[in-house]
Amino acid sequence: MDTKYLFKRHNTYWVKVAVPKDLRKELGFDLRTSLHTHELSEAQKLREAVVEDFKSQIFAAKENLRQSNGKNPVKTFMPVTDTSDPQYYHKVVDCQYACPAHTPVPEYIRKISQNEYTEAYMINWESNVFPGILGRTCDRPCEPACRRTRTHEKPVAICRLKRVAADFKDDVSDLLPKAPKKCNGKKIALIGGGPASLTVARDLIVMGYECTLFEKDPQAGGLMRTNIPSFRLPEEVLDAEVDQILNMGLKTKFNSEITSLKDFLKEDFDAVFIGTGAPKGKDLNIEGRKDAEANIHIGIDFLTSIAFEHIDSIGKKVIVLGGGNTAMDCCRSSLRLGAEDVKVVVRSPFSQMKASEWEIEDAMEENIPILENHVPKKFIHESGRLTGMEFQKVEAVFDEKGNRSLVPTDEKPVILECDDVLVAIGQDNSFEWIERDIGLEFGEWDMPVVDPVTFQSTHPKVFFGGDAAWGPENIIWAAAHGHQAAISIHKFCQNEDINERPSPGTNLLSQKMGLHEWSYDNDISQAKRFLVPKADQDTALKSLKIEVEKGFDADLAMEEAQRCLNCDVQTVFSESLCIECDACVDICPTDCINFMFNAPENEVRQNTRIPALNIEQDLLVSKILPTKRTMFKDEDVCLHCGLCAERCPTGAWDMQTFLYEEAKVYS
Amino acid sequence: MTYIVKPVNHHPNLEKNALGLTRRDYEGTISTLCAGCGHDSISAAVIEACYDLSLASDQIAKLSGIGCSSKSPSYFLNQAHGFNSVHGRMPSVATGANLGNQDLMYLGVSGDGDTAGIGIGQFMHAARRQLNITYIVENNGTYGLTKGQFSATNDQGSKSKYGEENVLAPIDLAAMAIQLGAGFVGRSFSGDKDQLVPLLKAAMKFKGFSLIDIISPCVTFNNHVGSTKSYDYIREHNESVSSLDFVPIEQEIKTSYNKGSKVEVPLHDGAILTLEKLSKKYNPLDKGLAVQSLNEAEKNGKVLTGLLYINPEVKDHAEILNISDTPLNEFSDKELCPGSDKLAKVNASLN
Repeated sequence: MDTKYLFKRHNTYWVKVAVPKDLRKELGFDLRTSLHTHELSEAQKLREAVVEDFKSQIFAAKENLRQSNGKNPVKTFMPVTDTSDPQYYHKVVDCQYACPAHTPVPEYIRKISQNEYTEAYMINWESNVFPGILGRTCDRPCEPACRRTRTHEKPVAICRLKRVAADFKDDVSDLLPKAPKKCNGKKIALIGGGPASLTVARDLIVMGYECTLFEKDPQAGGLMRTNIPSFRLPEEVLDAEVDQILNMGLKTKFNSEITSLKDFLKEDFDAVFIGTGAPKGKDLNIEGRKDAEANIHIGIDFLTSIAFEHIDSIGKKVIVLGGGNTAMDCCRSSLRLGAEDVKVVVRSPFSQMKASEWEIEDAMEENIPILENHVPKKFIHESGRLTGMEFQKVEAVFDEKGNRSLVPTDEKPVILECDDVLVAIGQDNSFEWIERDIGLEFGEWDMPVVDPVTFQSTHPKVFFGGDAAWGPENIIWAAAHGHQAAISIHKFCQNEDINERPSPGTNLLSQKMGLHEWSYDNDISQAKRFLVPKADQDTALKSLKIEVEKGFDADLAMEEAQRCLNCDVQTVFSESLCIECDACVDICPTDCINFMFNAPENEVRQNTRIPALNIEQDLLVSKILPTKRTMFKDEDVCLHCGLCAERCPTGAWDMQTFLYEEAKVYS
Repeated sequence: MTYIVKPVNHHPNLEKNALGLTRRDYEGTISTLCAGCGHDSISAAVIEACYDLSLASDQIAKLSGIGCSSKSPSYFLNQAHGFNSVHGRMPSVATGANLGNQDLMYLGVSGDGDTAGIGIGQFMHAARRQLNITYIVENNGTYGLTKGQFSATNDQGSKSKYGEENVLAPIDLAAMAIQLGAGFVGRSFSGDKDQLVPLLKAAMKFKGFSLIDIISPCVTFNNHVGSTKSYDYIREHNESVSSLDFVPIEQEIKTSYNKGSKVEVPLHDGAILTLEKLSKKYNPLDKGLAVQSLNEAEKNGKVLTGLLYINPEVKDHAEILNISDTPLNEFSDKELCPGSDKLAKVNASLN
């Protein structure tokens, strides 16, 4: 009689399956159920399915247990923050961290508020070489990073303050470094006279290198001269800062375009730096392009021609194609050349235009309409003369992955009359002059393969920087590249390993002067971002040379400088001094400080007084304290007001200025 | 003393309570007490409690006497009413105010000098009379304003900053209040907001005399080795009798407790206090046991904290004395001065 798994209760057959020991907590001692039958043969038939079901329940429970054992390893607690790593405090200084050249922004803004404009200028000049130029034209990666955007909406007008330093400085010629009397015997060639090459020259001349600049145009400056109109960047400002470098002893060969790198490498240079930018404007090959050629111009070429005064007029009706900064410069230049009806026409929606917000605003202030969602279809011409353009209206549609496609709408084609068209739809590099058989590798997009840290190409003697390295960027990137390339070139010429990069210089200095006295201004200004005064529009539009923005005067600069939160004055915590009195927790206006038990990062971030949800911002994690708790400070919206340090009875919190200086070849 | 103005800016994600106010809206002026003073933590706990309970500041009166503790009402609830009275006489002012208007929530803030020293008589009678007030003693065991003499709550054998030992036995305000019939008596530590904030919330909602004796280290004069009111000493000797969860009427109890250790105490307005007993022996509803435990703890050098005693049955002074529910300022002249006919009737009834 087979009664496996069966037992009898009140004459009824039941099934019982024993549960393994380790699962008894969850499932009980055994699994059992009635089969509702008195017949053994019936029970024998019925039991199989029930036993299978019980076995699978046990298997599932076992699987669960196994997984949860594997899943609950020792919790990974947040590690103690290593504040000796220069990048920790550097990252707290959002503006400096975001600046490609890591300009010590709060440091120079403090100098401005102390009326020390020359010092402010020199801090800038060390980092970014062209403070006067950048103070007018920089793409300002620092401003969207500014802490004020997280605490008070609008960022500090960092770029405008940079200009203030340049505008109000004294003569700095004595402060600029000089070339040593004796050359070190190494010769460096710099191809292209833009900001990247000039930065390399500045750094290497000081080190005793003999630098020669090759420029196809009659003057140095690169795109700063050819592509930025004078009403944004006056020639005197440009000349002054370019000349500072030329006068250091840079040899210059103007009007000398290099047409073959292969031949050039035969010349007697120890290293070659290529900073030729992205000089080729994209063309628009649609119907009618050839026939109406005479009145269709490439945007950057048009700007260059204005810069060198090769053209001084344009048709009455002008269409500018493109939504980038070049398009903005083109339309505003056209107005000043006498055009009466200037329109910017963009393929994309207005909100996706590539131009900087403020440059779009400037164009709109000059009453230039911007037409969005218009895709150019053809150039319309009559007897060889351009008369207008036809556009298809489109709508931006996004798929699930967020990819955009411009879908034509049912509307009729739009026809706009015009006398001239300026095509400003992008720029490309132009490396036809570099032969492909000289050991210099080209990769994707037909761009040279360049090491992102050392800026060396696959030809050891040849280095790239600026737009020539990775396509169009901004001047501040070129300056940053130049500093790094100079370090590499120096190491290369001295037979050192160029992959070993010098460490940044850092300095941490307490700001405590005495009881309740701090050597920085910790009042949080509630002022709104100040607007920059502008020249009278009627006058400004009459000339290409009148600068539109007048810059802050000293009073406005002072007020704007007060808006800086001094993020470089760091909240430094010393565990050994803390008595856990909570004074800092209570006083912190933005609830940054927490004393709690350590846990994995996502748990900690959820459990802080106000959840620390901005994961781009670090948490300062202390060592374990006597009550077994850990101090966590969320750096996200700390105002650097210093109240924690002010209210700390033992000095466990201190406000210390952190100066971070990016390594230069001469430092 | 702090000279920096506290910025008005707050965290962009700072939450709002039922009144649409943030915690920052319950703040006062910036504290001028010494950095690290326990009193500032207590102010922060009061702010937290009032914010959590969504109390309207204009329905609160802050009353205090003299001393560091009595300065502290300036540092919270800027919009509340306030009266800074003569030294030790806060209970009298509170009594008067209470008689005039029962609708306000009275928050008495006093110190060990103001309460256990000069004002002890006033304190005792306020407790005895069941005055409807939340009476906070910010107890640091020292006269900080006069440079660190022992106060009446300073423990025997505790050392002053200058080295001498206290030869007198201390007054235990909590034990005294229990014996005098106070309906709600707690003790806490300024450095433990997890305990203090729920305790404050419960006390604020309690109808009758509620005392919270809060040990609040004086960083300047009583936070040294040898002191029994220092941060380190209290942390080492703190023995919590219960963990408190205050549940307002509109909320459900969410915290789960181990069976058998939970005591639920309904308050007058229907809110529920849930206590998790941390010691099996302790029962906060047992008056005799509470006093006995306090005595034992003192002998063993322990500081008993938490809700020490609660009597939800207690009647407050208004109920005992049958005082009008309507605040006096809401009566009209006619009601306040009903005329000679009424007077004659009253007089006649006295014959």
